[in-house]
Order: sequence, then C-alpha cells, then structure tokens
Amino acid sequence: MATLELAISEDVAAAPARRRRALGSLFWVAIGWIALVFAVAILAPVLPLPSPTEMDMLERRAPFSVEHWLGTDGLGRDELARLIFGARISLIVGLCAPVIGLTIGGALGLLAGYFRGRFEALVVGTMDVLLAFPPLILALAVTAYLGQSILNLTLIIGVLGIPAFMRVARASTLTLARREFVIAADALGATHLRILLRELLPNVMPPLIAFFLLLVAVTIVVEGALSFLGLGVPPPISSWGSMIGEGRESLDVAPRLAFMPAIAMFLTVLSFNLIGDTLRALTDPRQGAL
Amino acid sequence: MLGFVARRLLYLLPVLLAVSLLTFLIASFLPGDLAYVILGDQATPEKVEALRHDMGLDQPIWWRYLGWLGHVLEGDFGRSFRTGQTVLQAVAERLPVSFELMIFAELIGLAIGVPLAIACAARSGGAFDRFMTGTAFSMLSVPTFLSAILLIYLFAVELRWLPATGYVPFAEDPAANLRFFVLPALTLALAEWPGIMRVLRSDMIATLQEDYIALAKAKGLTSSRILFVHALKPSSLTLVTITGINIGRLIGGAVIVETIFALPGIGRLLVGAIYTRDLIILQGVVLLVAAGFVMMNFIVDMLYAVLDPRIRHGHA
Amino acid sequence: MSGPVLLSVEAVAVDLPTPRGNLRAVDHVDLALGAGRTLGIVGESGCGKTMLSRAILQLLPKKARLSGRVLFDGQDLARCDTTALRKLRARSLAVVFQDPMTSLNPVLTIGTQLIETLQAHLELDAHAAWQRSVDLLAAVGIPAPEQRLLQYPHQLSGGMRQRVAIAIALSCEPKLLIADEPTTALDVTIQAQILDLLAREQRRRHMAMILITHDLGVVAGRTDEVAVMYAGRVVERAPTAVLFKKMRMPYTEALLAAIPKLGAAPHTPLPAISGRPPDPTRPLGGCSFAPRCRYAARRCKQEKPVLADAESPDHQYACFHPIPIALAEAM
Repeated sequence: MATLELAISEDVAAAPARRRRALGSLFWVAIGWIALVFAVAILAPVLPLPSPTEMDMLERRAPFSVEHWLGTDGLGRDELARLIFGARISLIVGLCAPVIGLTIGGALGLLAGYFRGRFEALVVGTMDVLLAFPPLILALAVTAYLGQSILNLTLIIGVLGIPAFMRVARASTLTLARREFVIAADALGATHLRILLRELLPNVMPPLIAFFLLLVAVTIVVEGALSFLGLGVPPPISSWGSMIGEGRESLDVAPRLAFMPAIAMFLTVLSFNLIGDTLRALTDPRQGAL
Repeated sequence: MLGFVARRLLYLLPVLLAVSLLTFLIASFLPGDLAYVILGDQATPEKVEALRHDMGLDQPIWWRYLGWLGHVLEGDFGRSFRTGQTVLQAVAERLPVSFELMIFAELIGLAIGVPLAIACAARSGGAFDRFMTGTAFSMLSVPTFLSAILLIYLFAVELRWLPATGYVPFAEDPAANLRFFVLPALTLALAEWPGIMRVLRSDMIATLQEDYIALAKAKGLTSSRILFVHALKPSSLTLVTITGINIGRLIGGAVIVETIFALPGIGRLLVGAIYTRDLIILQGVVLLVAAGFVMMNFIVDMLYAVLDPRIRHGHA
Repeated sequence: MSGPVLLSVEAVAVDLPTPRGNLRAVDHVDLALGAGRTLGIVGESGCGKTMLSRAILQLLPKKARLSGRVLFDGQDLARCDTTALRKLRARSLAVVFQDPMTSLNPVLTIGTQLIETLQAHLELDAHAAWQRSVDLLAAVGIPAPEQRLLQYPHQLSGGMRQRVAIAIALSCEPKLLIADEPTTALDVTIQAQILDLLAREQRRRHMAMILITHDLGVVAGRTDEVAVMYAGRVVERAPTAVLFKKMRMPYTEALLAAIPKLGAAPHTPLPAISGRPPDPTRPLGGCSFAPRCRYAARRCKQEKPVLADAESPDHQYACFHPIPIALAEAM
C-alpha cells in the first residue's frame, strides 16, 4: 500500500540522471493528463453527458455503444459520466486533504527547524509517536465513529499527512537556516517572524510544493482504498475507488467495469508522482546549487 | 556495544508511553457510549449508569488511563465484551496469519527487488536499468487494491490457478495454506519491491564508485564476487532500514489485503473491532501494533550495528 | 634500456567526455619498463599520472576512451578479453592505491581481503591460504599477524593499512607493481618506512615497479628512471641520476627547486611554481608550461615542443629552451 511513509523517505536519492533531462516528454504528458482530468472534472456539470446516477435496468453492463461511449455499469448507469464525476470526488479529496498537512505540518516543520532545541525535540517526538500508528486503522476508526462523509475523510487523511510535511519542511529549514542570507538578515536585526516569512518560507515552499504533489497521489490512493472497501465516500456518491469496488463483483463477466476506473486512477496517480518527483529533484535545497 | 543498546532503549520508553497514552485517549474520545453499546436495546438509564459505574467509566480520564496502563503492564489488556476473549488471546489467534503474510510478502518483495537492483547497478545507465527504473516508478503508482484486483482477475478468474479468498491454517494443510497466501503476498510484494529496488540500486551504484571496488577489480576477482561480497554488504544499510520499516508497517497495514482476500489476520480484527465498537479490542490491539512498530525500528537500529562494524566499534 | 622490456606503453591517450567538452587526460604517452626495473612518474595533481596508471591497469572509468597500445609481456592489454585480463591481475599486474582507508573494504576483515586474492589466483585450500597470509603480513612488517587477519581496516593505523595493501598487492608474486602515491596519505614519519618496504620487496622479488608521486624527493635514490609529466604529456624522461644532474626541462628544474632543502637557512622562502596547470578541456596552442615558465619565448607559446633526445637516447625532453647543461650540472 503506497502509504504516507513511502513518500517521505527523503534519504533515498532520486535517480540522478533524471535531473538534467528531467523536463522531458514524459513530464509534459503527465501535465497534459492532469490538465485533461482537471478540465473534465471542472466542466462536468456543463458537459453533454448522460446522468451518472440514472439507472437503466435494461441496459446493465452494456458494452461500448454510441449512446454509452464506455458502456454501463452493473446498475445501468453510464460509465463515462461516472468516471468523470468520480474524478471530481477523487480530486477534491486528493487536493484538499494534503492542504491540511501542508499548512499545519509545514508550519510546524519550519518552526521546529528554525528554533531547534526542546521545541524541535517535542515536535519531532510527537510526529514519531503519530507515525507509529497504522494510518489506515485511524482513518477507519474516524469514519466509522464520526460518520462517513467527504469532510471527515478529507480531515482525517489530511491530519495523517502532517508528520510527513513536517519532516520535509524541517529538513529544508535545517539546511537553509545555516545559509548566508539568513545569517545576514539576522545580523541586520530582522525579527524572527520576518526571517521566517521573508527569508525561509519562500525557499522552503518549492520542496514543499513538490512534496504536496506527491502526497496528492498518495491521498487519491488512500481515498480510493477506503472507498473500495465501501468505507470511504458515502454512497450514493461514487469516486474511482468505489467504482473499482463495485466492479469487483463483475470481474468474471465485465472486467472493464473495474479496470476503466483503475486505469484512470493509475494514470492520474502516476502523473502526480511524475510531476512531484521531477519538481522534488529540481527544488531540493540539499542538492547544492541547481 | 552495550552502551549503544542501552541508549537506544532509553529513547524507546518515552515513545512507548506516549503511544499508550494516545491510544487510550483516541479510544476514549470516540463518540458512542460504551455502556449503551454493550447493553444494546436493553439500555435503560439506570442500567447504563450501573454498568458505567461497574466498568469504572465514571472515573476521571487520567485515573482510567493509569488503571488501564497498570493492567497492561501486568499483561492484562482486557477482555472483549463481544467474544469474551482476552485481547491477547484474540491477537495470538490472528498473529500467525498476519505474520505469515508479512514475511511471505517481504520475502517475495526482496526476491524480486534485490536481484533487479544488483543487475541494474551492475549495468547502470544501460537500457535494462532505465527500463527497470521506469517500471519500478510506475509500480509505485499502482495502489495495493488495484494489484489485488488485477491478480485476482488474472489468476483466479481467468486462469483459475489460485483461489481468490480463503484460509487454512498451516498446521492443518501446508500446501493449501501456501496456495491461499500466494495472491495476497504477491499483492503486497508488488507494492514493496519498487522501494527495495530503488534504494538498493542507488546505494550500490554509489558503492561501486568506491576505491575499494577498483582495488577488488585490480585484484582480479570475478564480477560476481565483487558484486555480492564487496559491494552488496556496504550497500545494504538503507535496505535493512526500509525492510524493517516495511515489516513494521505491514503489521497493521495489510488491512486492505486481508479484507480483500478474507484472511483472518490482525488487520481484519481491528476493522471488526471498529465496526462492533469493541473498544477494548481496539485499544489493546492498536497499542500492540504501534508498540510492535516502535520495536521494529529498534531492531533495525541494532541490525545497523551488525552490518557495519564501524558503528559497532563507535567509529563511522 | 637493458634487459627485456616488460611493459611498453605506446602512444596512449585517454579522453574523457565531460559537460564542458572533451578532457584529454593523457596525451600520447610512450613509456617502456624492463623487468625488475623501477620507473618513477612525477607530476603535479591533475597532470594525468593517475589516469595513466589506470590506463595501464585497464581500470579506466566507463566513459573514458583509450587509444594506443599497452603491451605487457607482448600482449596488448587494451585488446584483451575480460577473462584473460582477470587472470593477469594480481599474478602479473598489481597496484597499491593512495589512500588505504578507502582502498580497503571497510566491512570485510583483512584476512578475507588477503585470502580471497590468494584463492582467486592460486590453488590454495583455506589453511594454506591462511598460513600464506600470515607470512605475507609478517613480511611487510606487521606484528601479531594472526590477530590482524581477523580485524577490520578501521582498527589499524594508516601505516599498517598501507602495509596490508602492499601485502595484498604482493600476494601472488606480480611481475609489475604500480604504486600510485603510496605515501601521500600517510604521516611523514611513516613515509620513508613504506617506501623502503616497497624498494626492499621489489629487489627481493625482482619485480618491476612504477612509483607515481608528485614529490621528486621520493624518486631520488629509489628509481632507475624517471618520467616527468605535465598536462597529460611526458615532458622529460631520463635515468634518475642523469635527470637530477642534467635536467633540461624548466618544469623539472622548478619541481626540484620546490623541494625544501635541509641545508638551507631558516625562513628561506620556498620557490613555489606560480600559476596553475592549464584547464584540460581547453588545451593551449603552444607548450602547456609556457604561461608559468620563466624562460618562455614567443615560439613556446605558438608551437608545441615534442620529445627529443638530449645527448643520449635514454634522456628525452620536450622544450625549445632547455636549461643549458653547464647550468644544470651546477645545481
């Protein structure tokens, strides 16, 4: 399971050869796909699509046709429309949850890396403790007790991402805080707040943004997994994950019902990973002058 | 060496304590009164009050925590009010399943990742290397449940070689047991091997630039000896960390796989506990799982010392 | 050149592609070494001497291009297949690198690193290999060899580690030993010991040796012949005694002058060579040393001098304004 920890193994060196030719064709294809997904997701309500919720019991699991470009699902609903509306859900959760981690975790990491000392030890220790817990279980517990809703899902996945962002922000801050421009600002009498906001934050943002994209990918996967088990987005809302879960029942007769949302999810996650990874290689302040 | 171990253990204790506290707090603050849940439709306000008093639920929270912790340290994690089993009994029943899954998955992951890493490092930059690195990267974007679906479709539905769900204890029928584990372990392994391969490959490429590898070549040693004896050992530190962390993570994290393949492991125990609101089980098992993860990290640190004699002797 | 020629380096050039252009690390070098003789290669850092040794040993980095021939015992090493080359290693060609802390594998015991060499090339069982290793360590002057075999490199001092590296190099009785700056990473007090050890073993085994160093003082009295390298080329070559007495190349003169002299008065300023070697990705039109040479004339900046004989064919130099012999002898 591509969980939150895999994304934070910052000790792992990315393949070095990719840095120079990094913005190659694959990168732009990934950008293109993301742009496409975004576009259809945003425009979904105005696109000339059949309704994604309208059931047609006579046309269940129908193959591709002019009426239903990608066929219909187990309840006769149009696949293409469901894919597009499912994209909306996956993207909403996928984008909003990491924002929580970014803001809170990023701030904590910045402060911890800057002020050091006991505050830092406390923050790092707390994150270590948080990381000891199996994230999926926590997510399940929250959704089970507080109710399945998109808001709850987004909140819990977001909170689970805080330690990861904290680590990235702290690592960058530790490297940058020793650089001359910070020491110079300090010598010129800048207050802590000013140094943090004017000097450090703009330089810590790029690796954080790169990591944000990677975490978007992880979030889409986590939401997908939970929805797949029926424990994520509440029915009748469907995301790619729940579509795959539903498609599982028809594997023997219509495997396409599971595989189409699967491919959509895979391509989207892959694209975010590619873009995030490329940006990370370009913006990591520890990699010297780049 | 002893000092090294002692220092690490000292850090361990506050972390474990914090983990226990957090577990207890989360379980306690989950909405839904335990007493109501237990009594079900027999709940009248008087009975609820009585049961709460019996279970000590009306005590202040820190008192309850200390009580619980005290019991835990004596080995009493509590008893499920649903099944009547103690937490330890329930875990003991499920642990072998999760354990077998974990080990099997990690072994398959290593069996795929390590040879590929060595092969790629030996010919780094070549076509094979670039292809495998790209494949590994793509695999990281395939979620576990997707691999599961894919494997089930391929091996259970189409080819009918392997069963999609089910479990038989090893002691009863080893062959059948292994058959049931292949798909789930393979699913997890598909998510593990890219991380393993990337890390080992990266470290080996760095190691292969070292002077002592040049000297090993100059001594006329065979490439296999250079790769497996001279290069592999110093490169395996990060791999050991990752493997250890992975196994630790899998302890509670194989929930998806256990659910899809209907394996009676710890993951499913936890999911069940969440749904039946069996908070005792939830609390106890989460504590055990989290503690297990922390212990795993500790073991990994120790393994570091074994692999790199410089750390053992206080150099490095 | 007396005796049979063991190693013959013919028009060897090493090119390295870099982002800033092609780097010519070694530029058409010719060398010859007889069996049992010692050759010293002297030059500043970056002059190409290490690349040359790697070229001879066929240990160049993957991206490097080698041209020319490296004839060892009549075989062109550059054209040998991997298996044949591997068999030659340790038994015919051995090397000692500069820094024994990085050239010995830190996670393997000394014993493993010695025994594996023996077992790779000689048909020895474990016991015989062990015994042989003990003898080798004793021969290079390491006390308590049985215990050392079980230790790791970081548990030994720098001098001891280099002795181990020498023992490894000598283990299969090579015909040629290349010592690349063997003492540069060591304390001054240990340097003489190590050099003496090398010289002694070489005489005893009648082994040919190439001693690579940046310090002219190291080769005095320890080599039969010296080649001075600058910017990838050999700029002067002569039997050692002749080089010191009758040097012709101003660079050699500058190198010699840069050695602190025991008899000089205190606070005598050390005549360091000003400037720096040229950027190897941008080779100069004329003589590479011209910008730093105090005798440089216009011709030196326009034409590249080639190696030409001095009074005898075993003394060659490449210079348009060699130091007059009388002046050289007076030094």
